[in-house]
Amino acid sequence: MSTATIPRPSKPWGVNFKQAIPDVVAAFATLLITYAIVAYTPLKGKLAFVIVLFLVAVIASAAISGIRRDRKAALNSISTVMIYVAGMFVIFPLGSILYEIIRRGIGGLSLGMFSTDMAVTASDAPLSEGGLIHAVVGTFYIVIIASLISVPIGILTALYLTEIKGKAAGTIRFFVQAMSGIPSIVAGLFIYAVWMIALGNQYSAAAGAMALAILMIPTVARTSEEVLKLIPSDLREAGLAMGGTQWRTVAMIVIPAAQSGLITAVILGVARVAGETAPLLLTMGGADALNLNPFAGNSSAIPFYVWKNFLLGTETAIDRAWSGVLVLMIIVLFFFSLTRFLSGRKGRF
Amino acid sequence: MSTIQGANQMSQANPVHSLANVAAAHSASKGDHHIAGTGIEAKNIHAWFGDKHVIDDVSIDFFPGTVTALIGPSGCGKSTFIRILNRMHEFIPTAAMAGEVLLEGKDIYQSGTDVTKIRLGIGMVFQKPNPFPSMTIKENVLSGLKLAQLKVSNQSELLESCLVRAGLWNEVKDRLNEYGGALSGGQQQRLCIARSLAVSPQVLLMDEPCSALDPGSTLRIEETIRELSASMTIIIVTHNMQQAARVSDRTGFFLSDGGPGRLIECSSTSEIFSNPKDKRTEDYVTGRFG
Repeated sequence: MSTATIPRPSKPWGVNFKQAIPDVVAAFATLLITYAIVAYTPLKGKLAFVIVLFLVAVIASAAISGIRRDRKAALNSISTVMIYVAGMFVIFPLGSILYEIIRRGIGGLSLGMFSTDMAVTASDAPLSEGGLIHAVVGTFYIVIIASLISVPIGILTALYLTEIKGKAAGTIRFFVQAMSGIPSIVAGLFIYAVWMIALGNQYSAAAGAMALAILMIPTVARTSEEVLKLIPSDLREAGLAMGGTQWRTVAMIVIPAAQSGLITAVILGVARVAGETAPLLLTMGGADALNLNPFAGNSSAIPFYVWKNFLLGTETAIDRAWSGVLVLMIIVLFFFSLTRFLSGRKGRF
Repeated sequence: MSTIQGANQMSQANPVHSLANVAAAHSASKGDHHIAGTGIEAKNIHAWFGDKHVIDDVSIDFFPGTVTALIGPSGCGKSTFIRILNRMHEFIPTAAMAGEVLLEGKDIYQSGTDVTKIRLGIGMVFQKPNPFPSMTIKENVLSGLKLAQLKVSNQSELLESCLVRAGLWNEVKDRLNEYGGALSGGQQQRLCIARSLAVSPQVLLMDEPCSALDPGSTLRIEETIRELSASMTIIIVTHNMQQAARVSDRTGFFLSDGGPGRLIECSSTSEIFSNPKDKRTEDYVTGRFG
């Protein structure tokens, strides 16, 4: 008897078919009016179409809400349309960049390019010859070495700022902020002048990694600081109140609680440097042959490979450059997904 | 639940008598309890934040195996006072203090004292339940051992006994590997109590442990406090006078007249609620202000 009294679940707040009719009509009308304006007025072209469509959509949605309800509803729909448009403006450039990279890069992609370098291949040789293994290996080396240098320094700096709150915290925070404004070419010049000219070291992947570490440290430190600041002080106090030293409390409670945020900080740092070209020009020297020693000798990286091939300018060289961009994107995406997957299995906040 | 409602109804009718009755009934039920644990004695405590003098000359002797409630209006220094008792006060950069806190006859502020050992012996439960978010229920209970790097031979036995004593075992015994954050507020607070019990403190400080909880959970925690008082010295800050009357053996009344907080009087709970020596205590416990 109880089954008879249970009503069917419904969503009375949803839009039913009848109510949606005016909206659909308005959407079509918006498109038609926009076509008409573009066709019969001096406003011509794709850009004009987009701008007119935006204005007409704002007016149409405001009119519909205004007629249906009142002025407040009209204002609400205007802001809603604006927010949707802003969202699309963010998606559109990224989407078109991705589209263009895939469209132009996919042709040059082959498994062979991951097993050969360009040591014996001319840049305008057919795409089936040669590859970018030297650049992929170089990029792996510099990203890993730069992370090994800057992740500990960055996170420990953030811990100094949030946990120890020492006397120098203000000064250090100022310097970290100033450091994040350093142009990448200056970081490259610094390593070139100090590590290579003054100390007499040669071109190497490690030198490139050092230049990138200068760029990566402030990103990791600032993001980690923001993340650590979000951890409630209750948790620190609870750890200390149970007889933990400050280090044990930080290592056992604060860092695990901030884990996924700290991983984001590292990802942002890697993203900051993985595509850098300028500092590498000065520190890695560039190479067409695979160099497995990260500590000595000219080596290449993917952004370097792309830059070099665009500079050569022949048709196949430019195709190689596009494929290089695509490979860089795939590698970075793979890295990020892997870190997210590994960190997503455990952890809170 | 019924006790709380009963106390509330009575307190509307005649606040002084009803609270006194609760306190008296509870003392009677307890009978002559045996002395257990270690007492802690605060002598001439003063505290400052920057130039602001917030506690003026408070001395209380907390007897072993008793529950002492600290009551008083907001801002009278109760929380600051109990944070002085386990050296949590010093984490506030502008904080300063004077006086002595004696644990087993030794001043915990003496230079050369190992602060982490002091805090191990004097546990604390906070106002807001704060289980460690990255740890499971089991890991939360045992976290004190790892924090203080203590070795225990039988962890699962300790885990069970702490959860049983905190009154949480039956609710969580099948979900020990779930995260602590998945529990309800009252359960989280009992988890925090279980966590502090794992390192077997002699003294347990509780800073308004029930202020964020519903009446059912509050009652459950009060039962826990009564059970724990057999084996340790408990000091509880509370805004709820019925709670002070129900759980404590002794009560201290703090008051600030705009200046630093002072201890107006401290004696047995039934005395404070039925026959307070100071007019201000009587006004406060009968709800005339505060």
